[in-house]
Amino acid sequence: MADIQEIIAKLFPQAVFEEGDILTVEIPDAQWHDLAKTLRDNAELSFDFLKTIVGMDWVEKLGCIYYLTSTKYNTNIAVKVTTEDRVNPAITSIADLWHIAGMYEREVYDFFGIVFLNNPDMRRLFLSIDWKGYPLRKDYDASPETNPVPDDNERQSDFTNVYTRDADGKIECHEERIFAENDFVVNIGPQHPATHGVLRFRTAVDGETIKKIDVYMGYIHRGIEKICENLTYPQTLHFMDRLDYFSAHPYHHCLCMTIEEAAGIQISRRAQVIRVMMDELSRIASHCLFIGTFCMDLGATTMLFYALRVREQILDIMDKTCGARMTFNYECIGGVMQDLAPDFADDVRALLEIIPKNLKEYDKLFTGNVITKNRMEGVGVLGREEAISWGVTGPSGRASGWACDVRKTTPYSIYPELDFEEVIRHEGDSMARFQVRMGEIEQSAKILAQLVDNIPEGEYCVKVPKVLKLPVGHWFRTVEGCRGTFGVYLESDGTVNPYRLKLVTPSLPAAAVVDTLTRGGKIADLITIGGSLDYIVPDIDR
Amino acid sequence: MFDFSLFTNWIHSFLSSFMPEWLTITTECVLIGVALLLTYALLALFYIYFERKVCAAFQCRLGPNRVGPMGLLQSFADMFKMLIKELISLNHTDKFLFALAPYLVILASMLAFAVLPWGNGLQIIDFNIGIFFLIAVSSIGVLGILLAGWSSNNKFTLIGALRSGAQMVSYELSIGLSVLTMVCFAGSMNVGDIVNEQEHLWFIFSGHIPAIIAFIIYLIAGTAETNRGPFDLPEAESELTAGYHTEYSGIHFGFFYLAEYLNLFIVSGVATLLFFGGWMPLHFPGWDGFNAIMNYIPGIVWFIGKAIAISFIIIWFKWTFPRLRIDQMLALEWKYLLPINLFNLVLMVLIVVYGIHL
Repeated sequence: MADIQEIIAKLFPQAVFEEGDILTVEIPDAQWHDLAKTLRDNAELSFDFLKTIVGMDWVEKLGCIYYLTSTKYNTNIAVKVTTEDRVNPAITSIADLWHIAGMYEREVYDFFGIVFLNNPDMRRLFLSIDWKGYPLRKDYDASPETNPVPDDNERQSDFTNVYTRDADGKIECHEERIFAENDFVVNIGPQHPATHGVLRFRTAVDGETIKKIDVYMGYIHRGIEKICENLTYPQTLHFMDRLDYFSAHPYHHCLCMTIEEAAGIQISRRAQVIRVMMDELSRIASHCLFIGTFCMDLGATTMLFYALRVREQILDIMDKTCGARMTFNYECIGGVMQDLAPDFADDVRALLEIIPKNLKEYDKLFTGNVITKNRMEGVGVLGREEAISWGVTGPSGRASGWACDVRKTTPYSIYPELDFEEVIRHEGDSMARFQVRMGEIEQSAKILAQLVDNIPEGEYCVKVPKVLKLPVGHWFRTVEGCRGTFGVYLESDGTVNPYRLKLVTPSLPAAAVVDTLTRGGKIADLITIGGSLDYIVPDIDR
Repeated sequence: MFDFSLFTNWIHSFLSSFMPEWLTITTECVLIGVALLLTYALLALFYIYFERKVCAAFQCRLGPNRVGPMGLLQSFADMFKMLIKELISLNHTDKFLFALAPYLVILASMLAFAVLPWGNGLQIIDFNIGIFFLIAVSSIGVLGILLAGWSSNNKFTLIGALRSGAQMVSYELSIGLSVLTMVCFAGSMNVGDIVNEQEHLWFIFSGHIPAIIAFIIYLIAGTAETNRGPFDLPEAESELTAGYHTEYSGIHFGFFYLAEYLNLFIVSGVATLLFFGGWMPLHFPGWDGFNAIMNYIPGIVWFIGKAIAISFIIIWFKWTFPRLRIDQMLALEWKYLLPINLFNLVLMVLIVVYGIHL
C-alpha cells in the first residue's frame, strides 16, 4: 500500500492521502483525469477494474468516491473527487478510460446532479426525463407536489446531452442524436418476454442486423438507497431481498457483514456456516433458474421444467427453514433469524444426490444439441479486457477468463477454509457463460457436501443491542452474489440511520454491456446474449 | 377394402332421383362443405388437446385435466372463449387487408384438404394433378401471413412476416423437390394412383435410400413450412412476442391458431400419402395372413392414425429443440437441403430408370 502511495505522491503532489481499511486518495478535479489515466495505465498500479462510483452529498460539498481494483495485484484504492459548487457541480468524466464509468456517472448525475464533463451520454439513468430535483441530495424536496404522478405519457427524447468546458472555464451543453436520423428503431421492452423484467432496449436494426441498442432502465426503480437513509440498520436489511430476488441470501449476508464489522459484532461459527450454506443453495437455485429461462429464450421450453425441478427442491428446503420461498428475510445482524429446520441436513443430502444426475440430463438434452451450439458458440464474445473495463463480474466475467470470484479474491466468512474451484472459461461467448454456471452448480454442491455433515452446534444469533448505532466512518464490503460482485458502501454519521447506503449490483454492468455485444448481431442474438448475461431488472434499478 | 365410392355414388343417385342435376350438385357441394368444416374444426380441437397433452408429458406435467374427463373439453372451452372475445380494431392499420389476412391463411389450409385421401374413395376431388394442386394452394398461406404482418402497422409483426416470407419461400423448394422425388417414383401426380401404387409395399420401404432421404427432408421442410419449432421464428415469442399475429384478437387470432394446427395435419397427411401409403394398410409382399388381418382395419383409421403419428414426431421436435436463427435457418435450406434434394432426385430417377426397386 505504501508503494502505491509513493508512486501517486510523486506524480501528483496535490493528492491528499487518508489511511483506512483501504488507501483513499483525495484529488482536485483538475488532476482527476490524469490520475485516473495513471492509475489505469501505470504498470505498477494497473487499476483496471472500476468497482463503482459512489455519489456523495456531504452537505458542505458534493462529490464522488471511485472504488478501483487491480485485477493483476489484487489491490484496492479509493479516490475522492469533490466539488463545492452546489448549483452547477461538475467533475471530469472518466468514461473514456473505463467503459462502465459512463453508466455509473449517469447514475450519479441522476441522483446528485453532478454533471460529468465530456461524458458522451449525460442523461438521467433511472428517473424520468422530466424529474425535478436530485433525490439523494440531502436538501431534496421529497413532497409529492414537486414530482406529481404524471397523467400523460412519459416524454421521450431522441437526443442526449454532452457537457464540455470551454476555454474560459464555462460549462457548455450541446445535444447529440442517439440514433441516426433514418434508423428503423424497434422498441424491445419494457413489456417483453425476453427482457426478464421491465427493461427496455431501443434497438436500431437494419433488417435483422442490430446497429445500436440504447438501454433504458428505471422502470422498477424504487429508490431503495434513498429509503434506507431514513431507516434503522436492522430495517435496511429487509430491502436486500428486493434487489436480486434470486440471490437474497448473499445480499443479506453482505449487508449484515458490513454492519457487523462496523459495529464490532462477532457472530458464532454456526451462524456463519448457515449463511454460507444458504448462499450456496441460492446460487444453485439461481443458476437452475438461469438454465431454465435461458433455454426458454432460445425456444427450448421443455428445459425450463427440468431445471425448475431442482430449484423447487431447494425452495422447499428454504421454505422449511426461512419460512419463505422467495424474498427470504433470513440473515439478521448477529446471525440468522431462526435455527435450521430439524431435517435440513437430510434435505440437503437428498438434493446433493440428485444434482449430478440432473446436470448430466441437461447436458444430454440441451448442451450437446447442434442447434444450441450454433445459437450460442461465438455469439456475444466478450474479451477479458472488455469484461474488466465493463465491470462484468460473476459467472459472465469468469466466462471471459477473468478470475473475479470474490470468494477467492477477497475471501469472507468461512470461504477460505472450503475446498472449491473457481470455474473459469476463456471463450467469452454465450456458451461459455452457460457452461460456467453449469460448472458452478457442481462447485456449490461440493461446498454444501463439505458443510452438511459439519454444521457446528452453538447459538444461531448473538445478542445485539436493541438500538444499533454505528461509529462514524465508512465501509465498503463485497460478496459473491449469484450474478457477480455485490458491494455495499455504508457511511455512518453515528446515528441510528445510515448516512449513505450505496448498493453496487452486478446486473447494471451486465445490462450496460448488451449494446457492445450485440452490435452487428441478429435480433435473435440479442435474446441469446441478454439471456446469457442473466441480469435481474430490480437489481439494476434498485 | 371397403370402397367409399359405393356410398358416395349411392348418395348421388339418391339425390338425383328426385332433383334436377344442378340442384343435386349444389346440395352435394353444401354437404361436402359442411362435412369439411366439421372435420376441420374437430381436427383442430383434437390437435390442440393432443399437443397440450404431448407437451405436458415431455415436460413432466399433467396438461389440461379439469374441464371434462381428462380435460377433453378444454379445447372446446378455449374455442368458445375465442369466439366470444372482442375483435379489437386498431387505429392506423389497413383495415381491409388486416381483416382479409386470416381468411387467406385459413382458406389455403382448407383447399389443401380437398385432395387428401381420407379413405378408399373418400376424397373430395381426385384429379390428375392432385399433388400439384396441393403444393399450389398451400403456398397461398404465406400471402396471408405477409399481409397480416404488413397491415398491422407494427414493427414486430413486420419483422415476423418478413421472416415468415423468407422461410416459406425457401422451404417450399425442399417440399416441392422431395414431393417431386416421390412423384417420380410413383409415376403419377394423381393422389389415388399414388396410393394404389403402394398397395403391396409403402414407398418408404420400397423406395430405397432416396425415399428415406426424401422423407427426412420433407419432415424438416414441413416443420418449417408450418412455422413450428424449431423453425418458429416468425412467431418467436421470446423475440417478437407473437410475430405476425401479435395484433390479432378474437376469432381472427383463432383462425391463425387453427390454421397452424391444420397445416400440421396437412403436412403429416401428405407425408402419409407419399411415404406411408395414404389410407393403404400395412402390407408386406408374401405375408398374406398378415396382410389380410391388416385389411380389417378401415382405411380412414389408417390414414388418420398415420397422420397423427407423424404429427407426434413434429410436435416432439418442437418441445425438444431450441429455435434456429434466421441466417442459420436459411443456410440450412439453401446450403444443405437443396443440394441434397437435387442429388436425391437424380438418384431416384436412376433407380426408377434401371428399375432397381422392390
